[in-house]
Amino acid sequence: MKDTLIQVDYRFEDVAGVRSGLSDVSYLADDGIAGIVYLADRLAKPVLIEGPAGTGKTQLAKSVAEMSGARLIRLQCYEGLDESKALYEWNYKKQLLRIQAENETRDWNEIEDDLFSEDFLLSRPLLEAIRAEEPVVLLIDEVDRVEIETEALLLEILSEYQVSIPELGTVVGNQVPLVFLTSNGTRELSEALKRRCLYLYIDYPDLEREREIINAKIPGMDENLADQIARIVRSIRQLDLKKHPSVSETLDWAKTLLLLGIEKIDADVATETANVLLKYRSDIEKATKEFADNPDSIEEAEEEGAA
Amino acid sequence: MSSTRELNESTHAEGQESPLLELLNGFIVELRLAGLPVSLTESLDAMEAVGHIPIEDRDAFKYALGATLVKNYSHWKSFEVVFEVYFSIRGSEYEIQENELENLTGDEVGETEYQQGEAPSGGGAMSGLSPEELQEMLFRALLNGDQAMLRLLARQSVIRYAGMEPGRPVGGTYYLYRTLRNLDLDSMLDRLMDQSREQALSDLTQLEERLEQDEYKNRIEELKKQIESEIRRSLVADRGVEAMARTLRKPLPEDVDFMHASREEMANLRRSLYPLTRKLAARLARRRKYGRRGPLDFRKTIRHSLSYGGVPAEPKFKYPRPSKPEIMVVADISGSVAAFARFTLHLLYAISSQFSKVRSFVFIDGLDEVTRFLEGVEDIGEAVHRVNTEADVVWVDGHSDYGHAFGVFWEKYGKDIGPKTTVLILGDARNNYHASQSWILKEAHHKARKLYWLNPEPRAYWDTGDSILGEYATYCDGAYEVRNLRQLEAFIEKLV
Repeated sequence: MKDTLIQVDYRFEDVAGVRSGLSDVSYLADDGIAGIVYLADRLAKPVLIEGPAGTGKTQLAKSVAEMSGARLIRLQCYEGLDESKALYEWNYKKQLLRIQAENETRDWNEIEDDLFSEDFLLSRPLLEAIRAEEPVVLLIDEVDRVEIETEALLLEILSEYQVSIPELGTVVGNQVPLVFLTSNGTRELSEALKRRCLYLYIDYPDLEREREIINAKIPGMDENLADQIARIVRSIRQLDLKKHPSVSETLDWAKTLLLLGIEKIDADVATETANVLLKYRSDIEKATKEFADNPDSIEEAEEEGAA
Repeated sequence: MSSTRELNESTHAEGQESPLLELLNGFIVELRLAGLPVSLTESLDAMEAVGHIPIEDRDAFKYALGATLVKNYSHWKSFEVVFEVYFSIRGSEYEIQENELENLTGDEVGETEYQQGEAPSGGGAMSGLSPEELQEMLFRALLNGDQAMLRLLARQSVIRYAGMEPGRPVGGTYYLYRTLRNLDLDSMLDRLMDQSREQALSDLTQLEERLEQDEYKNRIEELKKQIESEIRRSLVADRGVEAMARTLRKPLPEDVDFMHASREEMANLRRSLYPLTRKLAARLARRRKYGRRGPLDFRKTIRHSLSYGGVPAEPKFKYPRPSKPEIMVVADISGSVAAFARFTLHLLYAISSQFSKVRSFVFIDGLDEVTRFLEGVEDIGEAVHRVNTEADVVWVDGHSDYGHAFGVFWEKYGKDIGPKTTVLILGDARNNYHASQSWILKEAHHKARKLYWLNPEPRAYWDTGDSILGEYATYCDGAYEVRNLRQLEAFIEKLV
């Protein structure tokens, strides 16, 4: 059973099951998202998630872990990440102690064999994920931050679910974990990495889904207010801004409005609380100008829309 | 759970009987022709993936193909078009039916309550409606956001107004235009707005009005898309999949030609410019930081060796900080070259942190410095708009005169060109047979660090007609054809 890679069981019955499972842990997936999570399980392939910031890329991995009762192992990527942080490392201190302890009594060759055994191996997230006995979801976060050369570290584990350690041989995994990679698109990922993954682009949600998200995440939210919020946010996203409001910012805004006890949003309220939703001064100015009580603005907007 | 697996395998095998396999093959070939990089493993993945999903679920089928074949979001649109052409008219068995044109009007309409017997024109019951009634139904459907009804109406409008004739070699846009002209959706928007103003209990505030309007605009956009795909479907049925895919094949955003981009493509280009600049800036900054390792720093090594009792145990290196170049952009903004100049300025200012200074000049036959409009502004789009309206670039008649523009440039700003300056000239070098004044470029070349010429015209057109690029190019460090974002990106990377 340990010799070959065995996928014990499919995790999910069908797409609808994934979707309802995710909504139980209050992650509202659309059909595309649920479908690709389902396929990832069936094809035993990692999922590469891209999309604008704050649309729930990382959250998806967390929610899938929560829903399937699996342990989430997370590898946060950064510039300068190397294999000793991502894959495995030899426990030098322990090795030294070992040498000192048995220096007198035993033959060097014997000690050397001993030194590079599993006892002295420190598992880092990637190795840990495939060696785990219990179900695991592996999240490789912001993979676009590592250098393109470091990406190569991931290739073996993502396609074969194994790790080759020169002193020890190849460590084959106990399981095929569900793997999610997220990227903010600050650089193009290598073809080799993309080829091994299923690709999922999570865009801003459409009106209905955003409304549902607001209602699901903020209990006690008035339906009408949620609807209004979602519609305003959609209109703002259609403007040409530096940074569009993300889902998390929408939620922050909704919470703010709830705290302020506002039942209906008018232009004044929107202007005063715009800084929760938008983070650049020029964006705030643009949006306020667009939605202010100014009879000319609609015509301008129309012209812009036509242009 | 091996039983599930077997079950899947068997449906898998069934699904892969030759029609589907062949269809997928054709589909993938078409994707490749459209420029998408689909590898062999990816196409195998796609075949495996569709085996795992219920074949009659069209959306799931699309996502499965998308996730395995398209690994870049900017390619998604091209994928969608090809997908629609290949799979839109296929029934649940994904087989091409013999008599699509009849089916097109027959099958789905037939199942609805609106069907009251097949009309000879094949238009279903709706063909009995007068144009006014149709318009009224459309209005109601838009007002209530009735998706199913809108789909039906889109179909009916196409049948009625597009005037499609089998075998007639016109493009889909022609039919789209005819249909939309008859529907008159602009006045429809006004009517919808009037209606919601009436329905409201009190006066609508500005904000509410705006939101209503956005909502209706969205619905109308949706309707337009429905009509477009309806037309596409009928065309596919008429002309066949391969021919249709060929007509619809469009370049990917990064390959769109600046000089011939349509309005929609322009908007797309503008949108893809921002992520591109972000990527470019990140890449360049990284290279600046890690790219070079300098020679041994002797002084530092010796000083460091003192802590080891004079043994130079750890060699220290110099990390050269290359000075950032200063950029002077001189851009022709006449006619069709303007779009190209705009993109280049946009891109340069977006990564201006990579340069010590960017100065920009625009000209037609006169020349003006426009750095003041572009510097330190957060919204580059508006700044470019100001450049177009406020800069003083016309000297005599508003036809390009490179010679005179260079003359003004040399006279006023020539002294500012120094050994750190890189001069970029953007334009097609179509000089309207004026004097070339190429000695200015020769002088500038001597003074500047580098002098480059970027031309948005295909290389084959250079030096034809009134283009005198060859003459100018002798004095440049390089003249490059830059017709699309891909080429522009490649050039900028070389620049830093």
